[in-house]
Amino acid sequence: MANSTPNHSASDAASDEIKVSHPFAEMVSMFFRNYAAVAGLLLLIAIILFVFVGPYFHPTDPFEMVWAPFSKPMEEGFVLGTDYLGRDLLAAMMVGGQVSMAIGLSAALISLFIGVTVGAFAGYYGGFIEEALMRFTEFFQVLPTLLFSMVIVALFGASLLTVTLAIGVVSWTAVARVTRSEFLRIRELEYVAAARSGSASDWYLIFKVILPNALPPIIVQANLMVGSAILFEAALSFLGLSDPNVMSWGQVIGSNRPYILDSGFTVAIPGFAIFLTVLAISLIGDGLNDALNPKLRQR
Amino acid sequence: MSFTQTLAKRIGYGLLLLIGVLILNFTLISIAPGDVADSIAGDMGGADVTVIEEIRERYGLNQPFHIQLWRYVSGVARLDLGFSYFYNTPVTSLILEKLPATLLLVFSSQILAIVLGTLLGVLAAKKPNGIVSLLVTFLSLFGFAAPVFWSGILLIIAFVSIFPLFPVGGMTDVTVEGGWFIQLLDLLHHLFLPMITLASIYLALYSRLARASMLEVLGADYIRTARAKGLPQRAVLYKHALKNALGPLVTVAGLQFSAVMSGAVVVETVFSWPGLGTLALQSILARDTPTIMGILFFSSFVVIVVNILTDITLRLIDPRIKTG
Repeated sequence: MANSTPNHSASDAASDEIKVSHPFAEMVSMFFRNYAAVAGLLLLIAIILFVFVGPYFHPTDPFEMVWAPFSKPMEEGFVLGTDYLGRDLLAAMMVGGQVSMAIGLSAALISLFIGVTVGAFAGYYGGFIEEALMRFTEFFQVLPTLLFSMVIVALFGASLLTVTLAIGVVSWTAVARVTRSEFLRIRELEYVAAARSGSASDWYLIFKVILPNALPPIIVQANLMVGSAILFEAALSFLGLSDPNVMSWGQVIGSNRPYILDSGFTVAIPGFAIFLTVLAISLIGDGLNDALNPKLRQR
Repeated sequence: MSFTQTLAKRIGYGLLLLIGVLILNFTLISIAPGDVADSIAGDMGGADVTVIEEIRERYGLNQPFHIQLWRYVSGVARLDLGFSYFYNTPVTSLILEKLPATLLLVFSSQILAIVLGTLLGVLAAKKPNGIVSLLVTFLSLFGFAAPVFWSGILLIIAFVSIFPLFPVGGMTDVTVEGGWFIQLLDLLHHLFLPMITLASIYLALYSRLARASMLEVLGADYIRTARAKGLPQRAVLYKHALKNALGPLVTVAGLQFSAVMSGAVVVETVFSWPGLGTLALQSILARDTPTIMGILFFSSFVVIVVNILTDITLRLIDPRIKTG
């Protein structure tokens, strides 16, 4: 996969053109030509505003019982109704969204850090180091991720920190593979050889020469990882393995679940919020993929 | 390297991975705060220090780490995964009792997703801008973004609450009487919703993959040759192209298997399907460590076996593949 045939014709044709714009500007314009990606970006901005700015306009405490339980949306003055304890669902959606997004982002950063480190060292050094690191990666691929993180959370207590760590620690394998294959490809290129002949240190070559050039597919992968970390957190809190004092979208679903046959909206609404968020992120991911890896567009 | 040699190497490597899983689990559990004795004492509503020490003695918890680890690993080699104090049963028999339900759910949903996904992918590749292609694109977005428990719950609301066509949960109905055929129908009736839910994620993945892979194969020279010599469209698509497009699909299906096991945990919880996932959640909530470790071990075992089977399947589909 790593050593796919280089696409000479495309780069030759591009260098023949007279007008050359900055690669970044080209990337941005490519992204904005993709309507689905722009829609995803707008959707994500709307959700972020709702979650972080919304509470200023709707300052209800999501833990406070404000009305009878299971008041249907729009019927008794509560836009999204109330949950099984008579708490305002709209407030829960806002505050819960902050937690879901924060955990999604920080867990993705953790897996990004582990994955890039493992992949970069494996791809750069090769030989025994690569063998050992890739075996290590394979080992984590064999463990059923959700079960493993359930065990971590159960053993070390359900707090925001353990949940974030548990998600980050189990979901880095895809990044490691992508990073490694990019490093394997790039380390053979001429500019790396040039830097090497200038007696650059390994450290410099890895982080200053190769990594910046390996970033495009890693960025795409990282973006998808935020989405799957949000889903992961939702699944954990749905199963009841999250901090009970912290509200998140998954936790709202999990706590209202016993009553779905009577009032499905308490579960359908937060689930829809997760769905929209992850959908927006993956639309952006597709757009980024097209903008950053133009060669793959035909696929 | 011959086929048997490769296979032997894969199996040996799988065994090493399993030992790794055991050591990791055991280490995690011993560095975590609290132990089995504390949990038992907690269930008893608090216990005296001497009683706790007695429990530690009985379960061998006062031995040094490496001796405990050795006892556990050698026990597992004899298929003895320890004793569940919560269920009061040997862990092995507990797991073997629940395993068939999980395997039934996981394999039926995977087969459904692969067959239907391939079919959709082929139809979409036939007309890259047609309506089926659009459907595949929508499916793949939905499949990635929809939380699996949410789609499961929506199905329950739709087909249990609004249109009561299916049972809410469980695997069989005790009130159903009759021969094996009626029992089987009852089982399928219960299986339908959880199977659809678990399959939905992977249907999205496989249909998108099958489409991409078919499009790539359809551009190859030998397809043009097949068309040039006048073969009907159906023969070209399903005999020549599909066989070569299946490789990536099988590879991904194999790689996905540990994620499928994870998905099964959630789906089983939503539909109260009496499998390993439900057992895992209950034993985690009860801090029944021997059972938790046993389940982690067993599900990793299943994943490794499936990975080896994937390798064999790949070689059967494509004889050009030499070694794994």
